[in-house]
Amino acid sequence: MYGNHVGLKDVTLSIDKGEFVFIVGPSGSGKSTFIKLISRELKADEGHIYVGDKDVVRMSNREIPDLRRSIGMVFQNFRLLPNKTVYENVAFAMEVVRSPRRTIKRQVPQILSVMGISDKAKNFPHELSMGEQQRVAIARAVINGPQVLIADEPTGNLDPETAWEIMKLLDLINRRGTTVVMVTHAIDIVNRMNKRAVTIEAGRITGDSKGGLA
Amino acid sequence: MFRGLRYTIRESFVSLFRSKVMTVASVFSITAMLLILGLFFLLTVNVNMATEGVKNQFDTIEVFLLDETTEEDAAIISKSLTSMDQVADVQFISKDQAMAEFRQRFGSNAYLLDGLTTNPLPNSLRVKLSDIQDGELVAEICRNFSGIEDVRYYQSEISKILDVTDVLQKGALIIIAFLIIVSVVVVSNTIKLTVMSREAEIRIMKNVGATNWFIRGPLLLQGILIGCISALIALGVTFFVYREFVATYGSQVAALMTMEMVSPEFMLINLAWIFAALGASIGAFGSIISMRKFLKA
Ligand SMILES: Nc1ncnc2c1ncn2[C@@H]1O[C@H](COP(=O)(O)OP(=O)(O)OP(=O)(O)O)[C@@H](O)[C@H]1O
Ligand SMILES: [Mg+2]
Repeated sequence: MYGNHVGLKDVTLSIDKGEFVFIVGPSGSGKSTFIKLISRELKADEGHIYVGDKDVVRMSNREIPDLRRSIGMVFQNFRLLPNKTVYENVAFAMEVVRSPRRTIKRQVPQILSVMGISDKAKNFPHELSMGEQQRVAIARAVINGPQVLIADEPTGNLDPETAWEIMKLLDLINRRGTTVVMVTHAIDIVNRMNKRAVTIEAGRITGDSKGGLA
Repeated sequence: MFRGLRYTIRESFVSLFRSKVMTVASVFSITAMLLILGLFFLLTVNVNMATEGVKNQFDTIEVFLLDETTEEDAAIISKSLTSMDQVADVQFISKDQAMAEFRQRFGSNAYLLDGLTTNPLPNSLRVKLSDIQDGELVAEICRNFSGIEDVRYYQSEISKILDVTDVLQKGALIIIAFLIIVSVVVVSNTIKLTVMSREAEIRIMKNVGATNWFIRGPLLLQGILIGCISALIALGVTFFVYREFVATYGSQVAALMTMEMVSPEFMLINLAWIFAALGASIGAFGSIISMRKFLKA
């Protein structure tokens, strides 16, 4: 609820562990709102939202950090720290959860290699292409081993080819056991990926189909 | 725990240097506050010391006895005065003692007194007060005894001095309180600028699950560091200026106030504690205020 404006209404949705789900719908339909509710950037006025067995809506503020550690977040505009190198940007996520330095030194190069950006470790975000920046953002999102990866239009700023590279990475992450929820406008990607697609229109769910959009 | 501490310390220093202009600005303002505060402190401490000195000189009431008052009568008066809480001590000064003191005060000119065939000085009681505030009361009681010639007490001079120091102390307190509030506002604005300039960073920290204390830690330390740096600068400036002042004008002031000025070394130790405590808490308080709203959700 934004003031008097209702962002989402009567939404009932269940996503299983290990699933790959697209959230699609017109602009302003409430897709980002849905994601913010899950990560408790917004607090739902009514209802229940479970991540694992925890009810996000009834969660106390003190439990929010733990919730967010179990969710990896990727955004359209990458949200990298401009004055930190690629390595530091990813390491930052581990420092925040107070990982030991030894673990950080071991795991960051590993994930950069999985994302195919090992050679960019010492570069700053502005020296990278958009696709590379998004790879860094994904590396940061998954470095702490979240249960769920939530991506809000991760390919929105990318050309089709780069977008598809990113999709392959998300698919890889999903096949390694992480649930992936991705908001997108790119119908072609949804159909090409051939995964479950949930349609939100004007704050309500109007479609839920397996194997891309019907 | 130690990992968190290391991160906190590193980040606070990094952000201190990254936002150089803002750091310098707030160090400058807190230092200015502390300098003014230090000036008032030096003033009040010195005036207080001087007042204490004056009080000690004026804490005595002299009660002159009529010649026909016997020593026994004097002892009775003395006893009843001693029994009062407001009186610390009563001393009987005989005519002869008084003359001896008088001669001593004349020093080399004492021969002038040799011409006196009789001692014109009266016997007297010297009443020492427990608290100078009760002076007028005790003086009045003394006046009511029979066998008394005169009571001498420098009441009006003393109350004037007390009034002045009272006003000075209250005034200093009000100004210092005002300066503390101003400093807190200045620091909180500086930290708020830091918070705003690091908004993206803090947002990402929250996204990856940083606790509020993890985010607050470096900012809190940054505020405390700003306060401590200011305290150090203010302390140095105050100490050297005060030492110069005492060296140059100390003797003149001492002559005027009938008291030595408080030593710069004594001031250094006391101001160090006051500045450090005040600087650090102004810094900490300022940064907590600036973050309160920001870290709500
Ligand atoms: N902070 C806010 N205050 C008020 N209304 C908001 C706020 N954020 C979003 N809204 C409204 O809530 C509705 C849903 O917004 P949301 O951002 O979830 O849409 P979306 O589906 O993500 O759109 P897009 O595809 O353009 O990103 C919209 O009508 C939007 O205007
Ligand atoms: Mg959106």
